[in-house]
Amino acid sequence: MEPLKLIFLVTGAVTLLSALMVVTARKLVHAALWLVLTLAAVSVLFVLLNAPFLAIVQVVIYIGAIAILIIFAVMLTRRSMEDTGSQTSNRWWLAGLIAVALFAAILLLVVSHPAVSTGVSGAAPADSLRQLGLGLVSVNAYVLPFELASVLLLAALIGASFVARPPESAAEGGEE
Amino acid sequence: MIPLSWYLALAGALFCIGLYGVLARRNAVAILMGIELMLNAVNINLIAFWRYVTPAQISGQAFAIMVFAVAASEAAVGLALIISIYRRRMTVVAEEIDMLKW
Amino acid sequence: MIADPFAWVYAQLTALLLSLGMTAVWAQTTLRFLGAAVLATVLLVSTFFLIWGERKLLARFQDRLGPNRIGPWGVFQTVADFVKLIGKEIIVPTRADKAVYLLAPLLVVLSVVGIWAVVPLAPGVVGTDLEVGVLYIVAIGAVGTLGIMMAGWSSNNKYALIGAFRSVAQLVSYEVPMVLVLLVPVILASSMSLVGIVEAQAGMWFIVMAPVAALVYLVTSIAENGRAPFDLLEGESEIVAGFNIEYSALAFGMFFVAEFLHSFTIGAVVATLFLGGWRGPGAEAYPLLGFVYFLLKTLSIWFVIVWIRATLPRIRIDQMLGFSWKFLTPIALGILMLTALIDKLAAAAGWNRTLVLVLANVVAVVVILSFVQGYARLQRRRDQAPPVSVTATPVALH
Repeated sequence: MEPLKLIFLVTGAVTLLSALMVVTARKLVHAALWLVLTLAAVSVLFVLLNAPFLAIVQVVIYIGAIAILIIFAVMLTRRSMEDTGSQTSNRWWLAGLIAVALFAAILLLVVSHPAVSTGVSGAAPADSLRQLGLGLVSVNAYVLPFELASVLLLAALIGASFVARPPESAAEGGEE
Repeated sequence: MIPLSWYLALAGALFCIGLYGVLARRNAVAILMGIELMLNAVNINLIAFWRYVTPAQISGQAFAIMVFAVAASEAAVGLALIISIYRRRMTVVAEEIDMLKW
Repeated sequence: MIADPFAWVYAQLTALLLSLGMTAVWAQTTLRFLGAAVLATVLLVSTFFLIWGERKLLARFQDRLGPNRIGPWGVFQTVADFVKLIGKEIIVPTRADKAVYLLAPLLVVLSVVGIWAVVPLAPGVVGTDLEVGVLYIVAIGAVGTLGIMMAGWSSNNKYALIGAFRSVAQLVSYEVPMVLVLLVPVILASSMSLVGIVEAQAGMWFIVMAPVAALVYLVTSIAENGRAPFDLLEGESEIVAGFNIEYSALAFGMFFVAEFLHSFTIGAVVATLFLGGWRGPGAEAYPLLGFVYFLLKTLSIWFVIVWIRATLPRIRIDQMLGFSWKFLTPIALGILMLTALIDKLAAAAGWNRTLVLVLANVVAVVVILSFVQGYARLQRRRDQAPPVSVTATPVALH
């Protein structure tokens, strides 16, 4: 057993267990914290896959921004649903069935495809960070999606701050 | 070495757990957390395929970066909407938000 | 061995582990974990002397003596404080979320100690040479923000929650100019790895080429740390210790340790990014000398931070947020664009890069100061404007 394999098994187990806790935790803030652990474990998986830039971006964006945003949203909407009562809808067993069926289908597909099920990785790519940087600004590569992504983020910023601003007293009641 | 199928199975499991979270939870913020799990599973898939099949090109990593951007903007707008809905209806239970205007 | 003690120790330990029957890969992994543990322990123990040093310095700034009873010059004062702190009881408030309450200080300490994993201490001695070291520093800082949020929420206390929200507002606001300004040494070195940045300072330290960026980074780091003048988050007279109001004994001790270690860490990062890290005469030949240079530079920046703490008063929350968003962020954006432009122009036209960048920074400082002067003039005019009285209006109308 090589150390990398052990680290992968431990990280994979942590990812799946904390994801299960996210979807079954009774208190919503606990679910948010389990989500943070899941995101951190996924970041470790990215490091194992020789993509350190994406691992750090995962921590900065998901844990540093989205997770804090989710925790804020949970705290700001606490009054309506205190952590008592049922947290799952009435047909949760159907949802579980669908999830298990989908996982079985994916697993079947993965193990039956010969190239995928026994694929081993080639040499780790050298200088992938520089290639990524060049690719994101090169006209022949991905500069257009890059620019569109920044426009999308700008639109999301403006939209979110507009939607979530406190209602003015005169415009209350169905104006927006 | 770790075979590719392990990574794909892990990503598939994470996706299905996220799917269960989206379909079974009542609180809108919890549904959003399930969506984030699904997006993470997609990212793991993309990076695993990049690493194992085409490590020389960067299209896998570029795609994953786009998924990051989309996930961030979707989380921001979604949470803003949830907070706005909470201000009006005083509830974030997804089953109770079922009429456009009352 | 004297020339390179770090490599000698590593070779000895590897030989020991191999003789015990481990494979080479496992020996390397075990030594890596051991190295991380040793680094973290040394840092946390050195906090004792950092706290003592800070108290002595603050005392001298305030014209008094400081701790001088326990040990020569009071060196073991912090040990005595720590023993007292351990002896107290960790009181978890009723209806507080116990697991989150006890986890939060660990996250804050982790976010500070984790930065040292990428800082090069001497030529060839670095925790890990991450390709994206600079971004890693930003990421680990974000984890600290999460820890403070958890601390405030789990205390089941209104003031703790308000303190935590304010902390997060301050930390997130100052993260923006900090990330922007961190890109300036990255542009100058063409590499995000801290080892690469130290390598690129072989000719001239970056503080000469980017003084505005260094100053902005220092200010934003002090704000991220939560020290004076940005210590509204835990001012006793303002919000009764903010997010750590319900913390006692060792849990509080961990927040305390994290804060004081953070200022030393800021010194280390500024020394690496702007002051050339371990560079100095003779450092390549004798790595131990490089380590000494690194320590001297870090301690001098740490001294400046303590000096600022002793001198400046606390600023209000609205002043602080306005300072970040309206002053530091435009400056950071401007200096980033200016440095990128001048760097490429100098490379294309073949000018001396250092000279041109120094000139550009001087121009930037002149522009900023003129803006500040105009703004101050506007404020003065607004303060001195005669008050408009109601009776004057009918006279002006006809």
